[in-house]
Amino acid sequence: MVKIETSVNLARKVRLHAVRMVNKGGSSHIGSVLSIADILAVLYNNILSFRPNDTKWDKRDRFILSKGHAGAGVYAVLAESGFFRTDKLLEHYQDGSVFSGHVSHRGVPGVELSTGSLGHGLPVGAGMAYAAKIDNKNHRVFVLMSDGELNEGSNWEALMFSAHHKLNNLVAIIDRNHLQSMKSTEETLALEPLADKFKSFGWHVSVIDGHDHDKLTDTLNRKYTTPHIVIANTIKGKGVSFMEDQVVWHYKTPEGELFDQAIRELESQ
Amino acid sequence: MRNALMKSLFELAQHDTNVMLLTGDLGFGVFEKFEEAFPGQFLNVGVAEQNMMGVATGLALEGKKIFTYSIGNFPSLRCLEQIRNDACYHELNINIIASGGGFSYGALGMSHHATEDLAIMRALPGVTVVAPCTPEEAGEATRQIISVPGVGYLRIDKSSACEPDSPPEFILGKSRTLREGKDFTIMVSGGIAEEVMAASVKLSELGIECKVLSIHTLKPIDKEAIISACQDTRGIMTVEEHTLIGGLKSAVNESCSDLSVYPEHSLHMGINDHYVETVGSQGFLRNKLSISGSDIVESILKIFA
Repeated sequence: MVKIETSVNLARKVRLHAVRMVNKGGSSHIGSVLSIADILAVLYNNILSFRPNDTKWDKRDRFILSKGHAGAGVYAVLAESGFFRTDKLLEHYQDGSVFSGHVSHRGVPGVELSTGSLGHGLPVGAGMAYAAKIDNKNHRVFVLMSDGELNEGSNWEALMFSAHHKLNNLVAIIDRNHLQSMKSTEETLALEPLADKFKSFGWHVSVIDGHDHDKLTDTLNRKYTTPHIVIANTIKGKGVSFMEDQVVWHYKTPEGELFDQAIRELESQ
Repeated sequence: MRNALMKSLFELAQHDTNVMLLTGDLGFGVFEKFEEAFPGQFLNVGVAEQNMMGVATGLALEGKKIFTYSIGNFPSLRCLEQIRNDACYHELNINIIASGGGFSYGALGMSHHATEDLAIMRALPGVTVVAPCTPEEAGEATRQIISVPGVGYLRIDKSSACEPDSPPEFILGKSRTLREGKDFTIMVSGGIAEEVMAASVKLSELGIECKVLSIHTLKPIDKEAIISACQDTRGIMTVEEHTLIGGLKSAVNESCSDLSVYPEHSLHMGINDHYVETVGSQGFLRNKLSISGSDIVESILKIFA
């Protein structure tokens, strides 16, 4: 039985935590976090096997956030999933904190891989999936990536590698919000036809609404004979009206009245 | 050196099924037997060094003990950020084998001259940096580096010096005396030790006895050996087939400065801050850049003139 209502609630909590963390820390990338909040909530609530008190449990599923700039979202979902206390979250971006702007494993239980420079997550995920194959282990490896990140050539090396070795225990999720650092992905370095590209690389491709928990759950539960890539169509800044689809919220910190409004909107959802 | 390396890799893989060898599609004629003997422990990732280091990280996070292999700058500079962010920051047992140190592939051109690698690898926190001088050192370094926590960098050279008649024990991080001498100390990293050994014989004929120290491990460096060299002989010379910035010269001078121990004379043979445009054999390029055995002899003779 899928716990749809709970993952929706978890996504709302992740968004609220993230807006508060970014406000307190004076940091950025809130649009990127809101974009993936539903994916994170579905993964941690409905998909991944893990034990918060045994982070090295051998049979756990592995999760890598390759778009490390959305680290606030991972910290929030880990705290809500029991890896550490939620009150630790407000240390994010503070002097002396281990909760860095880009996700870091050092001192943070539950983070598998520190990232921050784009194009690192998928090759590492491929290595983890390869290890599981040769050791006959059944866990899966999930890598959440941004669409702009696909500009990095290392991803395409890993896409070739994973298909060549038939790593069907590897699932990549593309946060397809169509916005990257300065403009849209298509204006910057066109990705389309993206699904065709992945298909031609030998991956099974699913294209879904990245905010639909039912669809996400169903899709991420499916297994194929090849590695699986999920193009999750999302809205950058999802859940806060004035942030949605606005590239400026890649950088801006919600403060004052805008912060209050963001919290009000999220609390009412 | 490569034969000694392969022998050690074979033994390591035989004793521990977690030992894996990854190559970026290089090693034709070298790795076939390894692949045949240990098919599950060998992986040719293709010409994709960034992915090789990422995959190595994923495997090492799952408990594998990794060697990555390619030639020249490909396993180091090409994937430097993967080494830094993925392998080093996660403190993984990943050991990078760079075949073709210095001008080993001299005639292939600038792309294949590995002449800044030691400096760059030395700057990364926690990396053990090794440039063996003899085939025996290469074999032992391979055997030992996998037991050292964290990332290792192993620079394998086409050229090499011969072992002394009574070879001292090889311990990573401890220099080895390849030749005894009371007048001057020559410290060397890498296969260019063959030039140093030839020079020391010539100098002996001229009445100057040089102690030759193999500084096979540049990091962590053997500070005690440096103190002794500064105190017991008239001076020191460092010799490296590498830029004079950040390699053996820098490592030795940093130690002298840290320890406030200074030699009476200090000479440094290496590549001045430039790229070599002409090509040629390793020996030709050493001559061209004035880092050959005869250049070593000439420099030391000036001190004793």
